Amino acid sequence: MTSELPPEFIVKIDYNMCRRCKRCVMNCSFGCMHFTDRVVPEHKLCVACQRCVTFCPEHAITITKNELAYKENANWSPETRQNILKQAETGGILLTGMGNPRDYPILWDHLLVDACQVTNPSIDPLREPMELRTFLGRKPDRLEFVESEDGEIDLATEIEPQVRLDVPIVFGAMSYGAVSLSVHRSLAMAAARSGTLMNTGEGGLHRELYPYSGNIIVQVASGRFGVHSEYLNTSAMVEIKIGQGAKPGIGGHLPGEKVDEDISKTRMIPVGSDAISPAPHHDIYSIEDLSQLIYAIKEATDYEKPVSVKISAVHNVAAIASGIVRAGADVVTIDGFRGGTGAAPMVIRDNVGIPIELALAAVDQRLRDEGIRNNASIICAGGIRNSGDMAKAIALGADAVVIGTAALVALGCRICQKCYTGNCAWGIATQRPELVRRLDPQVGAERLTNLLTAWSLELKEILGSLGVNSIESLRGSRERLRGIGLDSQTLELLGVKPAGVGQ
Amino acid sequence: MKMVMRIDCKGLYYRKQNKIIRNAAEEGETEFILDNVNGQRYIGSGIEKKIKITVNGVPGNDLAMFMNGPTIIVNANAQDGVANTMNAGEVIVHGSAGDVIGYGMRGGKLYVKGDVGYRAGIHAKEYKKQVPIIIAGGVAGDFCGEYMAGGILVLLGLNRGEGVPIAGNYLGTGMHGGVIYIRGEVDEYTLGKEVSVLQLDSKDMKVLTKHLKEYCEHFELDLDEIMSEPFVKLQPVSSRPYGSLYAY
Repeated sequence: MTSELPPEFIVKIDYNMCRRCKRCVMNCSFGCMHFTDRVVPEHKLCVACQRCVTFCPEHAITITKNELAYKENANWSPETRQNILKQAETGGILLTGMGNPRDYPILWDHLLVDACQVTNPSIDPLREPMELRTFLGRKPDRLEFVESEDGEIDLATEIEPQVRLDVPIVFGAMSYGAVSLSVHRSLAMAAARSGTLMNTGEGGLHRELYPYSGNIIVQVASGRFGVHSEYLNTSAMVEIKIGQGAKPGIGGHLPGEKVDEDISKTRMIPVGSDAISPAPHHDIYSIEDLSQLIYAIKEATDYEKPVSVKISAVHNVAAIASGIVRAGADVVTIDGFRGGTGAAPMVIRDNVGIPIELALAAVDQRLRDEGIRNNASIICAGGIRNSGDMAKAIALGADAVVIGTAALVALGCRICQKCYTGNCAWGIATQRPELVRRLDPQVGAERLTNLLTAWSLELKEILGSLGVNSIESLRGSRERLRGIGLDSQTLELLGVKPAGVGQ
Repeated sequence: MKMVMRIDCKGLYYRKQNKIIRNAAEEGETEFILDNVNGQRYIGSGIEKKIKITVNGVPGNDLAMFMNGPTIIVNANAQDGVANTMNAGEVIVHGSAGDVIGYGMRGGKLYVKGDVGYRAGIHAKEYKKQVPIIIAGGVAGDFCGEYMAGGILVLLGLNRGEGVPIAGNYLGTGMHGGVIYIRGEVDEYTLGKEVSVLQLDSKDMKVLTKHLKEYCEHFELDLDEIMSEPFVKLQPVSSRPYGSLYAY
């Protein structure tokens, strides 16, 4: 069938400026740029990843929307019609990448942070110490002490394993396979430098990264790719992946295009086959079964590592999180509906799940109400865009936040949403060796470290203005938040007062 | 000569029991006999040493999970999740086993004398010479070999009642690697749509005979009698069963 899809973008080349260096031809990984006697773009193949635009030394290239490809209609958007055409031509499920881009309310932007004035003076973080250190893991219900004969006081309570974070930001789970080894290397190095953690995602851990074990969360997902006892023990923490914010309730298929020899070895599946992660873990059909897997991992790691359980933010998230904590998890990671993905059916990504702000508030409140909040740390994922979002998340009850998309943007990602094609021009979501080489892990690590440093400084500024000197003092302190433009029920769910209301 | 370490597991909490085994193995103990086992979970879980554990009684779920080297002999039935995500070693069950045995199995051998439950061998994997092998002497439940990406799964269907099928429905559904050998015939309607039935070639016969010989030695069965009935093999039609599912 010949395709009737109009091009989504138009690539404009200013031939007066172009000096025919062909750099755009070499840089385009989607095959859009051809060279005859001059550069000729094949508009239909352009995904607006901006690689050619960035690397054109003459700035001779601009990419624009193909404005009137579809006649204007407030009800039938160009995207809606484009999707119908695609499905009429293929009969397939629409596949997409990255997080939910739709115009749902972003509640972070309806929350405002308090500050000190006159009484309870603010603190200047440039001169006074600010504590961003966080420990993830189960905290005891109470502390007991014993006094020895010589009068020394010792802690009698046995403390469960804890992981120290110097900044309350961990990198999101992105599997080796979905992203390149250059990305994993960048994340691991940056995590080590910043005193935080990267997360393997579900594709196992490349042997080259074993030296970074103290800064790695290893994931166990339904496909059990690359999971063995050595892998479990090469970590600071083990995470059971139940769900992902971008695709709650469904499994994953890493397209065969991305399964090369190295991925095949790490995942133990044939080269070129799709890496299939079933929707559920087939040994987990209940909270009791989840508990069984948590303790299987604890047995295999000699009870030395905290175990996290990651779920997507869905309607019943608070009750599920309560079950997870009671099942023995030391950390609960909640992934909101804005969370990213390497590949997901568009209909799921854009329509399933709930915002992380509401999920986080509900989970924190539920665990407090049940008196088990200390039994697990809460990690908030899926939609953290800046340090302001992070501060608000901590005030809503998070122990730490996750950045996935933000980390990739720092590495060069332009959010073109074509991760599933394996053609990422920026060397991020690809396994093509000539593209992977484009991302230098040393440079990547530096960019990520800079981002974490910047956000840490900003978080300290916020803490200082609040008149507190540690994130412990902000955690769960919803009194320091106010809502703006929110209905009363949403305010109630978030546990915050409307702006304008005092103490 | 080293003594065998004998542990009376009656009333012993699994965590304590497994700790004793792990610690003793670290100190060089190589052989264990566990008596009066009654549902203790995770026996052999995550152990990297080449020890031998004999289990007298019924072990609990996730026997040999993440195991990497030991040999476990169970002189009774076993429960769910035997050899879950196991990497290397051997598990020999002188009885039947429960559901999801060999889930995500990456290597080693799992020999079950009797029947196995639902989703046996689900998502088994392989890489080059590291190929897990599961042999069940009896019949299997539904979704046997689901999502298999590698490995060898053999069903013998011995000692089954009149009219009892050798495997349940959706046999090999979602399979995209590995092979299943079935002794006798298999009804087409029970198959997942990602597999096809093929005849064995000489290479298959060599592989199958090698593993069945070992299997027969464990359970004192007659290899010739087992091989007297023809086998069929199931293999995935495509390594990308869902390749055309999506609109790009």
